[in-house]
Amino acid sequence: MAKTYNAGVKEYRETYWEPDYTIKETDILACFKITPQEGVPREEVAAAVAAESSTGTWTTVWTDLLTDLDYYKGRAYAIEDVPGDDTCFYAFVAYPIDLFEEGSVVNVLTSLVGNVFGFKALRALRLEDIRFPVAYVMTCNGPPQGIQVERDIMNKYGRPLLGCTIKPKLGLSAKNYGRACYEGLRGGLDFTKDDENVNSQPFMRWRHRFDFVMEAILKAEAETGERKGHYLNVTAPSADEMMQRAEYAKEIGAPIIMHDYLTGGLSANTQLARWCQDNGMLLHIHRAMHAVLDRNPHHGIHFRVLTKILRLSGGDHLHSGTVVGKLEGDRDATLGWIDIMRDSFIKEDRTRGIFFDQDWGSMPGVLPVASGGIHVWHMPALVSIFGDDSVLQFGGGTLGHPWGNAAGAAANRVAVEACVQARNEGRELEKEGKDILTNAAKNSPELGAAMETWKEIKFEFDTVDKLDVSHK
Amino acid sequence: MSDMQDYKSSLSDASSRKFETFSYLPTMNDDQIRKQIEYIVSKGWNPGIEHCEPENAFQNYWYMWKLPMFGETDVDAILAECAACHKAHPKNHVRLMGFDNYAQSAGASMVIYHGKAV
Repeated sequence: MAKTYNAGVKEYRETYWEPDYTIKETDILACFKITPQEGVPREEVAAAVAAESSTGTWTTVWTDLLTDLDYYKGRAYAIEDVPGDDTCFYAFVAYPIDLFEEGSVVNVLTSLVGNVFGFKALRALRLEDIRFPVAYVMTCNGPPQGIQVERDIMNKYGRPLLGCTIKPKLGLSAKNYGRACYEGLRGGLDFTKDDENVNSQPFMRWRHRFDFVMEAILKAEAETGERKGHYLNVTAPSADEMMQRAEYAKEIGAPIIMHDYLTGGLSANTQLARWCQDNGMLLHIHRAMHAVLDRNPHHGIHFRVLTKILRLSGGDHLHSGTVVGKLEGDRDATLGWIDIMRDSFIKEDRTRGIFFDQDWGSMPGVLPVASGGIHVWHMPALVSIFGDDSVLQFGGGTLGHPWGNAAGAAANRVAVEACVQARNEGRELEKEGKDILTNAAKNSPELGAAMETWKEIKFEFDTVDKLDVSHK
Repeated sequence: MSDMQDYKSSLSDASSRKFETFSYLPTMNDDQIRKQIEYIVSKGWNPGIEHCEPENAFQNYWYMWKLPMFGETDVDAILAECAACHKAHPKNHVRLMGFDNYAQSAGASMVIYHGKAV
């Protein structure tokens, strides 16, 4: 029976709250943490979020009747308390897959974190997690190469990869910059890295940097007999310039380039990732601006969502936090999004903040990059937390070595290999770490000097964004 | 400056050449090699042995010593094959691999006998 048109404002829950809804395998599911204005019923707010992030608007319109809204609408299907926090609640929303353009995380985010985040009935809103159905995953390109291919390209097996961000982050000339890279690579690093703010400034234009750094890579490879790379940052003011830099990196034989996916933008990132796949290039992804979006426990987008978005848009490395270094990151939550980067199937696990099963189908994984305020003393914990499929990146922890970058690099290389060897022998890294490093330093004066330099440094501030697990 | 050490590594010094995982640690003794084999076996990986002339070590494909030892879990048998490869090719680098067929990648790879570097 056809419906009749009644102009006016209806309560959202009449249309968008469906507690009996049966989830389809192809639905995109979202979990929002909602902090409502006082006095608004939970079901009404949850329905409003579902409506405003899908088909709805504030009033009935006659054109609603020209389509099958029941087919296209998102619906809130469940509500849960947030453990330990009465000011907010979780709302679960299911969206039919037809609402989104294939292969476009841009389109998904524009709906799910669009206008709805400024909605007046809400005091705050946070997108906690998204379940991407495998049907949608398979429309996205994903990581250009993936973890196994990277291991084959770089010839690195059975251990974490080692990197270093070149400092000072701004102000070096291209030739001095290349020197810093060369010293780190010859000392035993696999990769050096452009800092995220290094693009193409007056003190060092991109093309000079690429040329000098490439010479550093080639000489270090000849000297050590190992494969080396440097993340050449191609982040640029426009996508055209980004592609121009990427093409030149390929032309000179660089194995890996780099992009900032949030400040550079998701369309640019997806374009670059697809190009990398077609051109055999590895793609390192930095996440500047993520903390603006993900740090507030009540408002914004959780990093596990930003992780999924990146895996779909494309990247072979993504910064994950270190748990132990200078930057924010709760341990269990970090383990959760590391799994989201690397594994092919991740089970729902609220103790690690994972709200949905996530099946990645045949999409390759992303290597988590632990970077920020870490040094040799952190190595046992890092190897234990991250395992082999990771990049451990020591900036100050390499370049700050009293004897220079090569010695700093060698210290970290000896430390990571000693930890992997000990782990393989069945020893407990986080318990016996001091012993393992002290023993390794007997054959490495570089490691000994590093251990002496950083012995007192710790980063023990409390985490601001904790998982919601403590019941009152 | 007197207590600062120079980093000894150069194109002309063949001892600067490294061989990826574990090549920054002292050469493993038999007991240490045994433990790494036990690790490979415990992970369910297939052990394999490859060798190569030092001057060609940068290449992807080293010579396989027979086929990977699919399903072999006897640590002594694997150790004996490592020794046999080294004996047959004393001037070559010999590396021990653990092939992870699920990841389609080597879960472990380490040079256990070193030829004379070039």
